[in-house]
Amino acid sequence: MSNKLNKILRYVILSVVGFVLIYPLLWLFFATFKENNEIFTTLSLWPEGGFDLSGYKEAWQTSTGRNFGFYFVNTLQILIPKVILTVISSVLTAYAVVRFEFKGKSIIFATIIATLLLPEVVLRIPTYLIWSKLGMLDTYVPLIAPSALAIDSFFIFMLIQFFRTLPTELDEAAKLDGCNPLQTLIYIFVPILKPAIISVALFTFMWGMNDFQGPLIYISSTDKYTLSLLLRLSQDADSVVNYGKVFAMSIMALLPSILIFFFTQRYFIEGIAATGGKE
Amino acid sequence: MKRKIPTVYFFLIPWFLGVVLLKIVPFLISFVLSFTSYNLIDSPSFIGFGNYIKMFTDDPIFAKSIVATFKYAFITVPLVLVVSLMVATILNFKIKGVNFFRSVYYIPSILGGNVAVAILWQSLFANDGIINMVLGVFNIDAIPWLVNPNTALFTIGLLRAWQFGSTMVIFLAALQNVPKSLYEAAEIDGAGKIKQFFNVTLPIITPVVLFNFVMGLVHAFQEFNAPYLITDGGPMHSTYLMNMYIYESAFTTYNMGYASALSWVLFIIIMVFTLMVFRSSKYWVHYSD
Repeated sequence: MSNKLNKILRYVILSVVGFVLIYPLLWLFFATFKENNEIFTTLSLWPEGGFDLSGYKEAWQTSTGRNFGFYFVNTLQILIPKVILTVISSVLTAYAVVRFEFKGKSIIFATIIATLLLPEVVLRIPTYLIWSKLGMLDTYVPLIAPSALAIDSFFIFMLIQFFRTLPTELDEAAKLDGCNPLQTLIYIFVPILKPAIISVALFTFMWGMNDFQGPLIYISSTDKYTLSLLLRLSQDADSVVNYGKVFAMSIMALLPSILIFFFTQRYFIEGIAATGGKE
Repeated sequence: MKRKIPTVYFFLIPWFLGVVLLKIVPFLISFVLSFTSYNLIDSPSFIGFGNYIKMFTDDPIFAKSIVATFKYAFITVPLVLVVSLMVATILNFKIKGVNFFRSVYYIPSILGGNVAVAILWQSLFANDGIINMVLGVFNIDAIPWLVNPNTALFTIGLLRAWQFGSTMVIFLAALQNVPKSLYEAAEIDGAGKIKQFFNVTLPIITPVVLFNFVMGLVHAFQEFNAPYLITDGGPMHSTYLMNMYIYESAFTTYNMGYASALSWVLFIIIMVFTLMVFRSSKYWVHYSD
């Protein structure tokens, strides 16, 4: 009996917590269909005047002369190369550090952990000055190129955790079959670690979608704005007068991430869980 | 496992270049810049400890910013740890729908620092926002969440707490790895559920608590998006976190030298706290082998 009560209690707590967490997003979603004056006067989610789509229409048109899709493409122009480069450089690094014995291995491992904790804020100004000297301001290069150099220690660390779980017999068998180290990586480890690699790709994508400070610092012309900067522009310009538009734009900006999460959630959960584990 | 050395080093070239060019070199440059006055137009001029002296003797905003940053870290880091561990504990039970709840709780985390989330928070906690409407239902007076300097920092701290999901997932994975036999032994000894949590579960997962604690600290001290997008550092600099001050010094007023010095102070604060946590870990972190 107490076991059953315990179960019910857990469900009640979990549901209440879940409701509190998700309600703001539901509210935002339904508010996009409401009249401006209705948004801040009622708690009910349902729009009284029916589903008004004009917020979405205005949000898609934006106020810059270019439509929302244009800025979405801009964002993808950064994110797609960023994802590919991050995956390649992080996998190579983790593979080298875990599967090989060599001089300096422990120093390299220690450096990876140290850079995991190194506050990014202390590097920002010199990094900006370097890109400025190279004439790369107001281009996507500063937002993409670092990914080719395995700059995100978090992903290396995550992949290290996965590489560690695989038995050394794999390397030996591959060697006997005549694979060189690169072939071993591509034909043996990449297929086995596909879920982990997908995790890295998804996290890079999501974090890139959310990145605001990077574009804020490096991008200045409106034609090169990412979705983050477009939203910021709209927050400044429209949020006093036209909530429907700002909210619709917000939902449009969040929707890709939420949809991707729904279809790929196990990769997120497994990836993030692995970073905290000891094995 | 021994292979020819050159191949491995070849694999490490991208990482090595990244560490040198994008970490070590900028790290040293920012140290040097912190002793200069540099406005991007004239070349940097060496001013010794001038920036640091100014910070601690002649910059009231610096003091406010430091206080806000400490408050933010001390509110959010324990809050997120406690909430995520509590929810993970409730989830770590053989009931149907665990995966569903886990995913729902994780959604706010994937939205992270998105500008849309800042817009949402601003609206929720507006004076006429739905949080105050809900309070009104319970006959509680509206709270000027983002307008009052006493509540604004807490309000943006709540945004961080809303995103406890990723920390919770790490805790949940750790909880699921606690050997069942230990609970059986504890039950035979007559330990109740709460006693089991503190005497069995918590000691075993302390390495994960350490991990979440350190990562939480490093991130909290560097929070930027929430204060910049939601409160613009205000009211009265009550949410003017260090990272925002550094950003504005560097990219709004172009005091690159002063901003570098600020970033070094923040860096040292983060390092000191991280080291303190690691040092203390031998007293409370339990390693099973």
